[in-house]
Amino acid sequence: MRILGLYNYWIFIFLMMVGFYILISRRNLVKKILGLNIFQTSVFIFYISLGKITGGTAPILVEGESEVVYSNPLPHVLILTAIVVGVSTTAVALSLVVRIKEAYGTIEGAEINAMDNRMPPP
Amino acid sequence: MSEHLPVLLVVIPLMAAPTAALLRWGRAAWGLATGTSWVVLAMALLILRRVQDEGVISYFLGGWAAPIGIEYRIDTVNAWVLMIVAAIGALVMPYARASFEREIQPSKIPLLYAGLLLCLTGLLGIAATGDVFNLFVFLEISSISAYALIAAGPDRRALHAAYKYLIMGSIGATFIVIGIGMMYAMTGTLNMADLAQRLPEVSSRTVSVAFAFLTVGISLKLALFPLHLWLLDAYTFAPSAVTVFLASTATKVAVYMLVRFFFSIFGPGFSLEVMAFHWVLLPLALIAVISASLTAIYQLNVKRLLAYSSVAQIGYMILGVSLASVTGLTAGLLHLFNHALIKGALFMAMGCVMYQVGSVRMEAMRGLGKKMPWTMAAFVLGGLSLIGVPGTVGFISKWYLVLAAVEAGMWVVAALVLVGSLMAVAYVWKVVEAAYFQEYKGEFEVRQAPISLLAPTWVLVAANLYFGVNATLTSGVATRAAEVLLGVGP
Repeated sequence: MRILGLYNYWIFIFLMMVGFYILISRRNLVKKILGLNIFQTSVFIFYISLGKITGGTAPILVEGESEVVYSNPLPHVLILTAIVVGVSTTAVALSLVVRIKEAYGTIEGAEINAMDNRMPPP
Repeated sequence: MSEHLPVLLVVIPLMAAPTAALLRWGRAAWGLATGTSWVVLAMALLILRRVQDEGVISYFLGGWAAPIGIEYRIDTVNAWVLMIVAAIGALVMPYARASFEREIQPSKIPLLYAGLLLCLTGLLGIAATGDVFNLFVFLEISSISAYALIAAGPDRRALHAAYKYLIMGSIGATFIVIGIGMMYAMTGTLNMADLAQRLPEVSSRTVSVAFAFLTVGISLKLALFPLHLWLLDAYTFAPSAVTVFLASTATKVAVYMLVRFFFSIFGPGFSLEVMAFHWVLLPLALIAVISASLTAIYQLNVKRLLAYSSVAQIGYMILGVSLASVTGLTAGLLHLFNHALIKGALFMAMGCVMYQVGSVRMEAMRGLGKKMPWTMAAFVLGGLSLIGVPGTVGFISKWYLVLAAVEAGMWVVAALVLVGSLMAVAYVWKVVEAAYFQEYKGEFEVRQAPISLLAPTWVLVAANLYFGVNATLTSGVATRAAEVLLGVGP
């Protein structure tokens, strides 16, 4: 039962592997970015579920009650930063894909590699 | 004022970056970027002096005390890395003007200076911070700006190179965040000094897994064999000035991260005895030295040749680190500085060739010894330093490296270091042979590179020679840094 009780970590590992597999196996540049996004999102879930305490509430000080159980807000704040980083990585990646499409006329990794190899060496 | 130096070092280039992007005139952005980089260098030198005189500087961001707030903690190791990054930045900015004007569309030039400044911010931030999550944020600032800078290369393959680097770099960064998250889960802190205290108390399998994730993530960032494939295309196709900057700073800062995590945070006890990382990294470093040097000999593009050589030199640094003695770490940290000087000078010389000839293929080098004497002389001296000829900085690092290998009783390692040097003779000679023993056959009249390109190149060449003869300063700081890391010195 202990293994099932840690289901949040199983979800994290599952999503991480799904994202990583897409990243490695797909040759289409946009699909690779989708894989990267899933991979990064799994880490967000990992961090957020770290801070969760059973029965815990939002970390707000209530007057008169000193024994409030609350979830740890720090991982949540950290992951806000990581989300921003992830969004900007995706933005740069997508704009690179747009430029690649303009320059090569395709976004299939295999075709781009073939065109790179046909070009005279730098 | 002076007590805020650690944070100003990071904030000033950070504020200068958007300002440079807003200036629509390339020259104005260049002036701002150059001024900023010189101010940063002056501050880095001040910090290095203060650390040597007074010991560790600890700065609390926003006045929040250490384990809760973010701390910038600067000891000899950081100050050393900060100085290297700032010095290279201060030389690349003046160099970039002529180089960008030749290779980049005028409307994009201010954006490139903004990118260079952001990359500088990120690298300085990684070196200054004492908080592991802050380190990740700065890592991403430097990496994302590096992707954009590489994509600005004149060839369309630069776009593909930047994309491949982005994918690999993001995987590396995500691995690092996973590692940091696991450390936080076990200890409840992100402060490096605090982590170093609490990690030994909780040693469990989670800590080992965190260690593994961090090792792989940082190895991706520092292009350790076999995770080096992104580096080759990135260095080959990036604009010349960008290649100079990235080759002499980005991988160096990643080596610093590795050293910081292994020795300061996990501690030599855990890293060496429990995880035995040196038995993983030492063979990889040796394979990097031999295989990358061998491949470099067969390259037909000099920038690509130097990129392979960079992979080999990273192998030397990791070799020094994984010998894990004071001498070994000293060799690694010394080579951090020396290789920045060497590769900076060599890539700058190639930038001069690119400026005048428009190609860095091997056949474009023919006869340039006569046509561009100052440029090729700089390349030859840089090449001698790369090989490790006495009187150059390359010799100093090889000396310490061989010494450390012999100290550890690993004669084979010492021999392989020397074999790597011999291979460096072969690939440097290929360029020298084309430049000095073949006739120029091109149709254009090739002239000397402009002084604004030659001056920074020769400053680096002069540094190669100066620190090769007068090594007491650099080896003194590197030895002290190594002692701090291993916890044997003051």
